[in-house]
Amino acid sequence: MYNFEFVKPATVDEAVAALQAEDAQPLSGGQTLIPTMKQRLNAPSTLVSLIGIDSLKGVSEAGGVLTIGAGTTHATVAAEAGAYPALAALAGGIGDPAVRNRGTIGGSLANNDPAACYPAAALGSGATVVTNTREIAIDDYFQGMFTTALEEGEIITAVKFPIPEKANYQKFEQPASRFALVGVFVAKTADGVRVAVTGASEEGVFRWTEAEAALSANFAPGAIEGLSASADGLIGDLHGTPAYRASLIKTLTKRAVTAA
Amino acid sequence: MPKDHGIGASSKRREDVRFLTGEGNYTDDINIAGQTYVHFLRSDVAHGTITNIDSSAAEAMDGVLRVFTAKDFEAVGGIPCGWQVTDKFGEPMQEPKHPVLAEGKVRYVGDPIAAVVAETPELARDAAEAIVVDIDELPAVVDMKAALTDGATKVHDDLTSNLCYDWGFVEENKAAVDDAIANAAHVTTLELVNNRLVANPMEPRVAIGDYSRGTDDYTLYTTSQNPHVIRLLMGAFVLGIPEHKLRVVAPDVGGGFGTKIFHYAEEAFVTFAAKAVNRPVKWTSSRSEAFISDAHGRDHVTKIELALDKDNNFTALRCETYANMGAYLSTFAPSVPTWLHGTLLAGNYTTPLVYTNVKAVFTNTVPVDAYRGAGRPEATFQLERVVDKAARELGVDPTELRRQNFIKPDQFPYDTPVAVTYDTGNYHATLDKALEMSDYANFDKRVAESKSRGKLRGLGVAHFIEACGIAPSNLVGQLGARAGLYESATVRVNATGSISVLTGSHSHGQGHETTFPQVIAEMIGIDESQIDIVHGDTSKTPMGMGTYGSRSIAVGGSAMVRAAEKVINKAKKIAAHLMEASEADIELADGQFTVAGTDKSVAWGDVTLAAYVPHNYPLEDIEPGLEETAFYDPSNFTYPSGAYFCEVEVDPETGEVDVLGFTAADDFGTVINPMIVEGQVHGGVAQGIGQALLENCSYDDNGQLLSGSYMDYAMPRASDLPSFDVDHSCQTPCTHNPLGVKGCGEAGAIGSPPALVNGVIDALHRGGYPVEHINMPLSPSRVWEAIQSMK
Repeated sequence: MYNFEFVKPATVDEAVAALQAEDAQPLSGGQTLIPTMKQRLNAPSTLVSLIGIDSLKGVSEAGGVLTIGAGTTHATVAAEAGAYPALAALAGGIGDPAVRNRGTIGGSLANNDPAACYPAAALGSGATVVTNTREIAIDDYFQGMFTTALEEGEIITAVKFPIPEKANYQKFEQPASRFALVGVFVAKTADGVRVAVTGASEEGVFRWTEAEAALSANFAPGAIEGLSASADGLIGDLHGTPAYRASLIKTLTKRAVTAA
Repeated sequence: MPKDHGIGASSKRREDVRFLTGEGNYTDDINIAGQTYVHFLRSDVAHGTITNIDSSAAEAMDGVLRVFTAKDFEAVGGIPCGWQVTDKFGEPMQEPKHPVLAEGKVRYVGDPIAAVVAETPELARDAAEAIVVDIDELPAVVDMKAALTDGATKVHDDLTSNLCYDWGFVEENKAAVDDAIANAAHVTTLELVNNRLVANPMEPRVAIGDYSRGTDDYTLYTTSQNPHVIRLLMGAFVLGIPEHKLRVVAPDVGGGFGTKIFHYAEEAFVTFAAKAVNRPVKWTSSRSEAFISDAHGRDHVTKIELALDKDNNFTALRCETYANMGAYLSTFAPSVPTWLHGTLLAGNYTTPLVYTNVKAVFTNTVPVDAYRGAGRPEATFQLERVVDKAARELGVDPTELRRQNFIKPDQFPYDTPVAVTYDTGNYHATLDKALEMSDYANFDKRVAESKSRGKLRGLGVAHFIEACGIAPSNLVGQLGARAGLYESATVRVNATGSISVLTGSHSHGQGHETTFPQVIAEMIGIDESQIDIVHGDTSKTPMGMGTYGSRSIAVGGSAMVRAAEKVINKAKKIAAHLMEASEADIELADGQFTVAGTDKSVAWGDVTLAAYVPHNYPLEDIEPGLEETAFYDPSNFTYPSGAYFCEVEVDPETGEVDVLGFTAADDFGTVINPMIVEGQVHGGVAQGIGQALLENCSYDDNGQLLSGSYMDYAMPRASDLPSFDVDHSCQTPCTHNPLGVKGCGEAGAIGSPPALVNGVIDALHRGGYPVEHINMPLSPSRVWEAIQSMK
């Protein structure tokens, strides 16, 4: 790790101001950023810690929408998002207890790791990302792995999840990292079904629209029996070929529908 | 009722008090006043010519004491290899120089090019980044078979090729084996890979060099399984420091698994540099560094053929193996695929003819050496896989085919066709035990239950034999070992009767501090708490060869017994004097010396006090004091064996393997501490399942390590493993050591990989997917692909 300055503001405004410094980076739970800094792969001049900002924390439900402060840890979501059980379950399955008690939903969505769980939940739920300057519809938010619609210095403050009628997340773990080799989030709402896939694509989280159409017509595992996810653009590595990941997408989607 | 002390008691591990409360003293816990820190600049390319090293910017940095490169080591030897294999033509293996720092070329990702000694670890790392190294990259040699083709790039220019040796064993049997296979009623053939592994002990390697200008004494603190071996190799062959000026200390060591046997360049570096900068020099490996600097394990590519007659008797076995040596020869690397492998290929069977050919190959990868089991897992894996495949091809029960070909209990001692003689064993007994423990009879019902959930259940069977208690010195000397493999012990009795046992064995998790006192307590009849073990410091213990090859209790324990016998004999003389009786009439039991047939007795403590306060003492006959040393050289290997059954369930949709149950019925001979033995089996089985299911050290074509961290290198976790069912009641004690012990440290890692793979293959066959083989690790993707290939 290289030397860096560290500031811990108490408000979003102070944090936004502090991020104006050259090569400043926001730090939330640090579950990705700190390891990359330790490996000297990332060298911010200033870390702006967001975890001292109380307004970024908390889980609340109103009018069928679950709002989660960006600085809320996975462990808190697992414990307090009972209004959206599939989301609470997903949060409870991220990493290990140490990760869940440090990592935050805002940090995960801002980082947009192609194998992270939260992007699947957000995309699958049709969530809205709230920042210090605007609200971003989730379909406009993810822009390829490790890339989002966030501007320089823009901070996620909360994420709003419309609570679906039914939902489920199925994660098939990569054997070493235990990140999602493939993860599928299925949500059934009055407007139809959304199927979001993480872990599989070179472009990060994506929606499997053919399955969405089939499941919107008939929310049953058999509805997608005749479909197959395309292997084009899927990740191939030590842990699985694109064809294997494509197969998992279908299997996990069926299992999510069954379990929802 | 189980014993509560002495041999056979499950005494609690006394060392765990300090390990579990953070009171251990590991090498990194040692900090010496004035200590400096070294950071190694390591090659990030697999193969290349170093054209320039500019360290001027690094040297100019505040807090940097010195930057070292190969030119600083011109007067120093290379890292020696401890075993010379002679090839099938009678020629010695090709043995390249292994410099402390890379000379002219880099040969693997991780090869140290330069080393910075600085006031802090961070400064050393910063300065290392300021060194500019120019390397002309060369093609990387990664694939073993390609490495042996004409015109292949050479890893070492001064060798004739990338072939270290071409070894045949037993060479005189080759024609007969070929003939038997050509004329067999049935031949089963299998090609397989024994996957490369990273040992990953919990404690990474650490080394601290310290030098006293006032006395010209050197001390090396290091994470080693065998400090005397390091002292010998480094002192005599690398740095030219005589033993009396070099102390090597290996304090608490957090796991070794083989990878801490070897003498590493970092150890020589810190010892050398401590004098050069006249300050202590410390190196602490990061986990990332461990992946590219600790010797790797396994990495064999094998073709095996088993011949059977019309009655399903094994008639011949032929194996051809390519064994990866990596870029340089690590300490015991040449012995692993040869003498620790070829001699085990008879397995538990009466196969009369065995021939194996091993080609050891240099590649641009991290050196490969012994890892838990070392050669014996590779032998067991190929043998138990091919036997299983033969049973399937012949349509016979895999346990019955094995039973039919087992060496019978009344055939021991049994001369195998691969040079070794098994002293004892009862393979039928462990098989019967495992059949009972695993509820083999009801397995079909469990298959049906799994099927009802869409899952495929399988049961894998494997037997193993291993050669432990390494090893008779005169024999291994003939086979190319450049060291003896005896062990030493001093039993130092104190005046009040307490005892310090100084042993050349080294404990890095095995529990010697608990088990060794149990033996002494049994022999003398005093409480275990009165006995302590001293190990891991060349200034304290006699010359010893350390711990590996499941040798501690079999060889080190035997030395301790011999020394204790000498102590007891002398103590009896003293007791005879005190009781005015004949020495021949003295008996020792429960800490009391008695005169046979009388009610006379003196306590152990009275005798020991007399030895050190010799007022009433036979000074004309014997010296005062009570301390004896013994060196024990075993007359044979020991041969632990066992039957391992692994029950698995495969998810045919995802390829995921769930290990449902694991049965281990072992014959370790006499067991000193059943709880510790059970723990050793648990750990070994976990590592074996790790190899079979998860661990995959993989290089790309450019020699870059693809699995260089835990993000891609999968270690077994508790959640990957079932509750093990372990038994060691089948005991055929070793006939040639005083305790009848065989050793248990490696068994789990040897027997479990074939059991697991056989189980998965069984599940797939039962599920209608007649897959012949899947290379380890049986990751979900590989199992899924195998299933797809059958659709």
